[in-house]
Amino acid sequence: MALVRTFTLPHYEQYPVQIALFKNLKNTSYIRSQLLEANPDFDYAFLDAEMILSPTHLLTATFLSLHAILTARQKTRTPHSELVFRLSPNNNIGESYKKFGLGPHTTNLIAVKYPLTSKQADSVAPNEHKVWDDDGSVTNQSVSEHLGRVVEGECVKIGEEGWELGAVCDVERVRKAYKVNGGGGKKGKKGAADGDDDKKDERKELESVILGIMTLKGS
Amino acid sequence: MAEPSPAPPIEPPPTPKTSRPIHTLPPPFSHDKLVPITQGAEALVYKTTFLTPNTPVVVKYRPPKPYRHPTLDKRLTKQRLLAEARSLVRCRKEGIKVPAVLGADWDEGWLVLEYVEGDTVRRVLDGWAHDVEEAKKSGDGSDGVKEREEAMLDLMTRVGREVAKLHELGVCHGDLTTSNLMLRQEDKAQTEDCAQPPLPSGDIYLIDFGLTTASIQEEDKAVDLYVLERAFAATHPAAEPLFQEVLRAYGESSKSAKGVLRKLEGVRMRGRKRSMLG
Repeated sequence: MALVRTFTLPHYEQYPVQIALFKNLKNTSYIRSQLLEANPDFDYAFLDAEMILSPTHLLTATFLSLHAILTARQKTRTPHSELVFRLSPNNNIGESYKKFGLGPHTTNLIAVKYPLTSKQADSVAPNEHKVWDDDGSVTNQSVSEHLGRVVEGECVKIGEEGWELGAVCDVERVRKAYKVNGGGGKKGKKGAADGDDDKKDERKELESVILGIMTLKGS
Repeated sequence: MAEPSPAPPIEPPPTPKTSRPIHTLPPPFSHDKLVPITQGAEALVYKTTFLTPNTPVVVKYRPPKPYRHPTLDKRLTKQRLLAEARSLVRCRKEGIKVPAVLGADWDEGWLVLEYVEGDTVRRVLDGWAHDVEEAKKSGDGSDGVKEREEAMLDLMTRVGREVAKLHELGVCHGDLTTSNLMLRQEDKAQTEDCAQPPLPSGDIYLIDFGLTTASIQEEDKAVDLYVLERAFAATHPAAEPLFQEVLRAYGESSKSAKGVLRKLEGVRMRGRKRSMLG
């Protein structure tokens, strides 16, 4: 059993999202191979946890992708790929997977599961959007059981605030991905003595810029 | 010969049909979770929560205008909403204090912004002007008044600097009034405790970029300042001298400010609108 946290987003309460965090992942290649084979049991958004700055960062992308799917304006083929795509600052789906998805060297993993299912067959015309519906069979229980079985790694409990989701973030990589380099110059001048408060503020600043970039993508 | 009958009176056109009742937000937003804050000519502003049940945010919604052609309406709404959002993100990137953009749907016309806790500068000024008058009546020119005046001047300095930073970036606000300047006060509980009216401390946030334009022209910047000046004059006569401090701080903060201030003289003479000749 894995420790899965259910997030209920205001305004989309009817679609609770299941999120789990794993550290020291051991079977990266196995999960990747299942993903590439498009095994229907592995219908999750597997994200590189190092690329997630904060819970707000992840939840904003979640909200935006959920909104795109439910208003039938998604750019990708499944809800979970829409989330990976939404995180990325540009419009290349492959590149979003490379940057934010599960890579061959990923050791910290975030798995996200939407409670969505499509009744239509897979053979929908390429430029026609599938309609996604509420899937009652996705519960905290079912996700936790399945992830616990297939993911080999140290599962981390996600607390009330969810800050664990940003704990393993590689801020420099995130900065680079979004091409935000503010604060880099300041760092040299300020001593390390400034301490935690400054670091937190800087992260908050970076976060708000990233949220804006993600929101404006595709405009 | 009979006169031709006069033309029948013109009936006003019927109200065009809209897909939803007018002034309701599109899904996923529902009105039982929205608290109206204010309404302008183009947009409705609500307070609600986003992502987590205890994150307050502002939703700015531009409803469709039924009197416009639907295609044109969509395009204008999208254009204006995106202009606002892009400006805000750009300012945020450069470290100017504006609300962060958290989400948007330009086809539906809504924009989710960070909620800024605090008072508008307008309310701070009103409160201060009121207190000054009270003090005059009771006749005690005590230190408290002096201290507050200094705090107000300090506030004006910060306003001037923030506006200068904005203009330096090549962004004009377009509707710079005292109501569109917020004084962010994080811990309100602390200030409410003391009997003395709170000194205006905190960061200045610029809000409502609905009419923003990207411009490097001194004219546009001068108009921004002119509008702010008029807003000060309209608040209270006592507030008028304070604006000089805003201009002083503005002039010191950026290199290009001198030209703008010179231009401001010209704008003062003729008003906000440029002459339409030629």
